[in-house]
Amino acid sequence: MKKIIIVSAIAVFMYACNNNTDKKETSSETNAVDLAKQDSLKKVNDARGIGKFTHVDIPEKLDAALAKGGSGIYDLKCSSCHKLTVEKLVGPGWKDVTKRRTPEWIMNFATNTDEMITNDAQAQAMLEECMVRMPNQNLSDDDARKVYEFMRKNDGVKQVSIKK
Amino acid sequence: MKKKNGNYLLLATAIIVGIVFINSCKPKNVSSATSGDAAEKAYVAPGKYDEFYNFVSGGFSGQMSVYGLPSGRLFRVIPVFSVDPEKGYGFNEETKPMLNTSHGFVPWDDLHHLAMSETDGIQDGRWVFANGNNTPRIARIDLKTFHTAEIIEIPNSGGNHSSPFITENSEYVVAGTRFSIPMDNMNGDVPINTYKQNFHGTVSFISVDKTSGEMKIAFQILLPGVNFDLARAGKGKSHGWMFFSCYNSERANTLLEVNASQKDKDFIMAVNWKKAEEYWKAGKGEKRNVTYAHNVYNENTHAATSSMEKEIIMLDPKDCPDMVYLMPCPKSPHGCDTDPSGEYIVGSGKLAAIIPVFSFTKIQKAIADKNYDGMYEGIPVLKYDAVLHGEVKKPGLGPLHTEFDDKGNAYTSFFVSSEVVKWRLSDLQVLDRVPTYYSVGHLCVPGGPTRKPWGKYLIAYNKITKDRYLPTGPELCQSAQLFDISGEKMKLILDFPTIGEPHYAEAIPAELISKNSTKFYKIEDNTNPYATKGEKNAKVERKGNEVHVYMTAIRSHFVPDNIEGVKLGDVVYFHVTNQEQDWDVPHGFAVKGANNAELLIMPGETQTLQWKPDRTGVFPIYCTDFCSALHQEMQGYIRVSAAGSNVPITYSTGTNQPKATQ
Repeated sequence: MKKIIIVSAIAVFMYACNNNTDKKETSSETNAVDLAKQDSLKKVNDARGIGKFTHVDIPEKLDAALAKGGSGIYDLKCSSCHKLTVEKLVGPGWKDVTKRRTPEWIMNFATNTDEMITNDAQAQAMLEECMVRMPNQNLSDDDARKVYEFMRKNDGVKQVSIKK
Repeated sequence: MKKKNGNYLLLATAIIVGIVFINSCKPKNVSSATSGDAAEKAYVAPGKYDEFYNFVSGGFSGQMSVYGLPSGRLFRVIPVFSVDPEKGYGFNEETKPMLNTSHGFVPWDDLHHLAMSETDGIQDGRWVFANGNNTPRIARIDLKTFHTAEIIEIPNSGGNHSSPFITENSEYVVAGTRFSIPMDNMNGDVPINTYKQNFHGTVSFISVDKTSGEMKIAFQILLPGVNFDLARAGKGKSHGWMFFSCYNSERANTLLEVNASQKDKDFIMAVNWKKAEEYWKAGKGEKRNVTYAHNVYNENTHAATSSMEKEIIMLDPKDCPDMVYLMPCPKSPHGCDTDPSGEYIVGSGKLAAIIPVFSFTKIQKAIADKNYDGMYEGIPVLKYDAVLHGEVKKPGLGPLHTEFDDKGNAYTSFFVSSEVVKWRLSDLQVLDRVPTYYSVGHLCVPGGPTRKPWGKYLIAYNKITKDRYLPTGPELCQSAQLFDISGEKMKLILDFPTIGEPHYAEAIPAELISKNSTKFYKIEDNTNPYATKGEKNAKVERKGNEVHVYMTAIRSHFVPDNIEGVKLGDVVYFHVTNQEQDWDVPHGFAVKGANNAELLIMPGETQTLQWKPDRTGVFPIYCTDFCSALHQEMQGYIRVSAAGSNVPITYSTGTNQPKATQ
């Protein structure tokens, strides 16, 4: 009888403790501190990244107007850290980024930055390389699409086919 | 038998343990005179939010502090009337105009009271107004940004104490002068002992734009040379009236401690401001030439402008009948507080042994019946008995201020007897009293001055701390004490220190403000003329002996970070634009030897630091606000050459320029 009481007391105690830790975890915001604790095995490894873009239709040819808009956004919000060559500044150079990553991954990263850095395996790998969390520059969905088009232009996608 | 003994032993141990336990719970001294669940009531777990914001005047610090309730945690000190090197306020070029006055740049003031904006008599969480006592000013703080958005100077005023108090739809904020003085448009070079002939008091009605919040002095009322102390707007049935406490009806100009305490009664002044507004609109006022500064901060340019206003409209009660009345109030009244219904006006004579409570209904009747007790300097004095609802008898010593809860109760602070007394408005019965540590001044109940008190807590702002905290030399911290007033008895649940000397404070449910809080400034909307949007626009320009550096900051570098071509005698302006577009990523900027302060630049904002190098050499610049893992790398150099040098202006980041010839 006594044993049962003790066991149940311990059980109650443990439950209370567990409960407590659970609460703490859910109430704290995801941030750099929590990153360190997280198991990299839990990271999402999806070529499309994490976010609202699950499928983006990209036409073969360049949309010059979109790319022009993207160029302006690049100057204002991206150029501080990303060169258009392969050279790494604060973040990686953009040359050939559209060949390395899917449009979904890039647009998700631009619009859902914090969650991507925290939970996306590839974004996390980039953080380990660059050591500076990419700032959320508050790009709208349209902004992200424009920037992607500008990246395509930078990667040599042309508006019209070269040969007639 | 053995078993029995064992049982007795167990019982005895239990009793001893019990006694020890009881003993340990006994209050040992005043500091443990709190209820057992005090810690739980004031506890806000890490990562959890407080229920209320508490905006607290910073007294002679000139600033306003923001606390959470019930935790008493300090969130922010908002710079208002005093410069703040931490935030660059009053040091950067953009905010210097905020502290401009008709006396020039005034970097300090004494902030006593605040008033939160209201709609239909309920706090709406848009703005909080505050007074500067010393160089009379009223400030408006925007609660989206927690920035001082506007400061207006008050002419014809000295010691702007009786302010700011707000009407129930934020139509007007009032400012009454504590000191009566010769008016600004006359030659004030008069003997001080001509007080009775030459000195006047005024109260100002400052209109508040419904959308922008912008302030404008609508009119002033010219009044006898008494001291105006505090005020409160009518509400509900008394909306349209404003009540001011006044002392020194003796009109003494020296040793007021004695000479202004001669008369048995001073006054509470009742102003029918709707009537005054009619007179003002009908052109009954007199235009007077005055000079006062009006400073406005623009959230798009991230900069303030200061302009000098030259005129005021003065209403004289002589020409405006039925606008101003006086009610006798015992012994130098201080607090003058209207209850949530608007029916009762509580006067607190600092030296009185009772608290008189006036009835708005009776005031209206006495006015209709012309039930006067003579005139004071041409203003009708209503008969005390005719306007009195009743007196709270023997409440305590030195009543100062009264706040109200949502259950028909009033709470009055007593400075001399160091206590808060709870009493019922309807029958004026004292219900409870608690000691404060020590010498309480203002009180705050969330929503206490409005038609809708939120109740729950009462905070006492004490003038003296003495032994309540660890000593810190001769100057001790100021202190607030939090009481739970949800039950019949007030329960002390927390002490917390405050900045400066806390005078009035207001508290408001957190969600009324938190939901509107600005997170960052959109860089596309930044219209500062010196903004740099994107690193490719960063540059350095010489204009005569001025060097303008258009600089960007982002995690974790400045562009440019190597600057040459500055010469001794130049005035350098660093216009730094924070390129970040996310919450909580300010960058700082500092340069060695600057005679002002740092910049602290919010995301999307531009701020400008002026720097006059005093010697040749190379001067480091760096980011002062830890911004990323590479924050310590966020730095650069400015080279300063001799006055006659021919080193050209060059600037760069990341690429070494060819070495410039000397």
